[in-house]
Amino acid sequence: MRKSKALLFEMSRPGRRGYSLPSNDVPEKSLDELLPRKAQRSEPLELPELSEVGVVRHYTELSTRNFGVDTGFYPLGSCTMKYNPKINEEVAVLPGFAFMHPCQPEETTQGALELLYNFEQGLKELTAMDRFTMQPAAGAHGELTGLMVIQAYHRSRGDHNRNKVLIPLSAHGTNPATVSMAGYEVVQIPCDDRGLVDLDALKEAVDETTAALMLTNPSTLGLFEEEIIPMAKAVHEVGGLLYYDGANLNAIMGYTRPGDMGFDVVHLNIHKTLSTPHGGGGPGSGPVGVKERLIPFLPVPLVSKEEDRFYLDYDVPETIGKMHSFYGNFGVAIKAYTYMRMMGAEGLKEASTDAVINANYLMSLLKKTYYVPYDRICKHEFIVSAKPEKKKGAGAGDIAKALLDRNFHPPTVYFPLIVDEALMIEPNDTEAKETLDAFAATMEQIAKDIDEDAEKVAHGPYNTVVGRLDEVRAVRNPVLIWQKDKE
Amino acid sequence: MGGKHYLPLTDEDRREMLAEIGVSSVEDLFSDIPREVRLQRELELPSPLSEYEAFKHLNELASKNKHFNNCVSFMGAGVYDHFIPAVIKHITGRSEFYTSYTPYQPEISQGVLQAIFEYQTMICQLTGMEVANASMYDGGTAVAEGAVMGCGATRRSKVLVSRSVSPLYRAVLDNYFNSRGLEVEEIPIKDGYTDRSELENKMGDDIATVILQQPNFFGLVEDMEGIADMVHGHKAVLLVSADPLSLPLLQAPSEYGADIVVGEGQGLGVPASFGGPLLGIMAAKSKFVRQMPGRIAGETVDSEGNRGYVLTLQTREQHIRREKAPSNICSNEALVALGAAVYMAAMGPQGMREVAEQCLQKAAYARESITALKGYDDVYAGSTFKEFTVTVPGDPAELNKKLLEKNILGGVDLAPFYPELKNAMLFAVTEKRTKEEIDTLVRELEGWK
Repeated sequence: MRKSKALLFEMSRPGRRGYSLPSNDVPEKSLDELLPRKAQRSEPLELPELSEVGVVRHYTELSTRNFGVDTGFYPLGSCTMKYNPKINEEVAVLPGFAFMHPCQPEETTQGALELLYNFEQGLKELTAMDRFTMQPAAGAHGELTGLMVIQAYHRSRGDHNRNKVLIPLSAHGTNPATVSMAGYEVVQIPCDDRGLVDLDALKEAVDETTAALMLTNPSTLGLFEEEIIPMAKAVHEVGGLLYYDGANLNAIMGYTRPGDMGFDVVHLNIHKTLSTPHGGGGPGSGPVGVKERLIPFLPVPLVSKEEDRFYLDYDVPETIGKMHSFYGNFGVAIKAYTYMRMMGAEGLKEASTDAVINANYLMSLLKKTYYVPYDRICKHEFIVSAKPEKKKGAGAGDIAKALLDRNFHPPTVYFPLIVDEALMIEPNDTEAKETLDAFAATMEQIAKDIDEDAEKVAHGPYNTVVGRLDEVRAVRNPVLIWQKDKE
Repeated sequence: MGGKHYLPLTDEDRREMLAEIGVSSVEDLFSDIPREVRLQRELELPSPLSEYEAFKHLNELASKNKHFNNCVSFMGAGVYDHFIPAVIKHITGRSEFYTSYTPYQPEISQGVLQAIFEYQTMICQLTGMEVANASMYDGGTAVAEGAVMGCGATRRSKVLVSRSVSPLYRAVLDNYFNSRGLEVEEIPIKDGYTDRSELENKMGDDIATVILQQPNFFGLVEDMEGIADMVHGHKAVLLVSADPLSLPLLQAPSEYGADIVVGEGQGLGVPASFGGPLLGIMAAKSKFVRQMPGRIAGETVDSEGNRGYVLTLQTREQHIRREKAPSNICSNEALVALGAAVYMAAMGPQGMREVAEQCLQKAAYARESITALKGYDDVYAGSTFKEFTVTVPGDPAELNKKLLEKNILGGVDLAPFYPELKNAMLFAVTEKRTKEEIDTLVRELEGWK
């Protein structure tokens, strides 16, 4: 079964073509007449030459070497790999959306602006925020936007000493990276034995240098921060703001809202909660919502409505400026909006309910075999620690590889960092009970395999198109592009 | 009913599962949410639509918009109406690709990983660079993050950016730099080009990155000769934002000494989509790889010696380095980059050169025809690629309104970006435009005022 796949470049034949273009019908001039000789490319362009069918077969074969939600169960913790409804894909490519130029006159973009406006109304209701920008192209981009807005707010009040952002230890790695990118210092807040943010440590840490607390709630441990009210109070009392990382919003839709918990700024990962596909690494979309007092700092343009007319609104007095060349990933917003319209209030709440039932159910099955460090009601995800298995010779990463052999996408591994040998499992709302049962049975079998022959498990996978790949070699001897002379 | 069919649990499933969990009701699973923050009502959202109703609604919204299929577009400024081969959507529409996450498990993600590796290679073939990443969000954020890379590499905190670089990209750059306390200074323009003597005056040993665009925002082909030497003389980094579709004809940025090449890749078979998703291209000389943000795929072997691909050099990235990472980017525009890779593979060197040549020829024809009209003049003289600027005899918004009556999407008004340029427009002409379409535009312009 195992074999490498030839690269495009290795299949190239001079003179082969995979395109068809109309011929040039304007009077032609010589190249030298139009472009200074010295500005012209001197080396011929080296790109592969393939037929159209060659291109199609190449990528079709590549697609068979890839695993998606449509292939099977994908319980990748914190990534919310729910089913991506097909109607979303259909509507996003309607020519009236897909082939619009961002600078078109307003009267030719009313449908697009109406969509963005209505999507914003939905997001406001879902999160209890007062205004949204759709510019951020991904969750991390949303985090940066949110922190910039917070920064602009503090600066506008002459509050220049706030240089710290507090982050719980359980946070996703983007949070601290975002904090540095926004020019802030990171202050890590520990978690208590229950896995929740240590409230006393938080109270200790906040002061007049606190710009914000960044929090994911429920956390990456899948636990709801029950003390959110005193936490919010502690941060607000010293003049700091609360930032909600929406990575895990899928657990609480219709049950509670970030704005009601005291958050001032929110970003959503609509490629998680609102069902848009992740595309093998994007495009995502990370709309940012804020409370009233932060609206003047949002990026421009916003989408506004006057009577029956929708328009791009540049009248944002203290705007941070622009986060994206245009208005963000409109094409992704179309899909999320469609999902929201089809689910409605009841459907979204039911999605959260089922996500939480699925997570708790799977946890109760797995804890019969595996160690669950935070054994309490969880929200959308939970953590298994493979520390005992690791002692037997096969850890979290090896269990993940064993799952590959059984046609499951593994959970997130080695994260969050505060749990040794962590497997972070998020079954989400679009999976059937039978799927969870099958996954649990497989996990049980893997545990048995480790008991019998841990060494074998530690060397998997065995049924994949390539075996375990040498990541160390890839770092020590980086080969980042194909080169002709190296073959 | 709406979208509830996406949720497979039946009432009986739920009962059984709650029993297994050991709780008596769903409510018990949410008891950890304090009453004070619980939503005491249902969300107020429009009532759910069935799939067909949703299609109808979305189709109605879409039909309110004009677009490239029912208008002839001469709009540019970073997003263009280029030809998109049919193969692209059939490949990016394969759900093994589009429903996958970032390839954290390489053994079952070889499809995406190899596609990224090939994409990186083709971007390097176009730009002459030695490494490329898996993509950035768009041209604007690629410029900003590229400028930051220069700061990281030189340990300096100030960059120079030409005023001929897209004002949209400069706005993003300003924002990124302002927030982290880095400094941006503008290099003025002279006759539409980067003012060389101003650049030399401002250049010093405190400058990290010099940012230019080729062709520049006005469509002009900048004279790059000698710039890299001057920049390197101060141990600074030369960053160039390039239109990838110009590169089959124009010098590869490596030929004039660029260190980092970024750009907007929308022209590579990406639907304009009202400005997003777009494709940020980022490539560099290999010595800058440690400062490069984002995902990078690399080649390696498996336990049996088979060639395979992984995400590599991850110690640069946020999930490992946390606050020390050069950027927080994780999700990028992977599926868009896949589409761009399919575009480059299908077009090949000949097809891409033909596209570039037709853009050049057709834009030159349009420019010559328009500026031959009374009241229409070049804003700036000099060689242009697929865009050019002209002064028009009146308000550009009025002109565009008139053109719209003939289903023409006219040029982009320059005044919002360059207040000194009144009644000036930026026109783009791609390989899709025909002589007849250009002649119609010219006739309409002639008949105006």
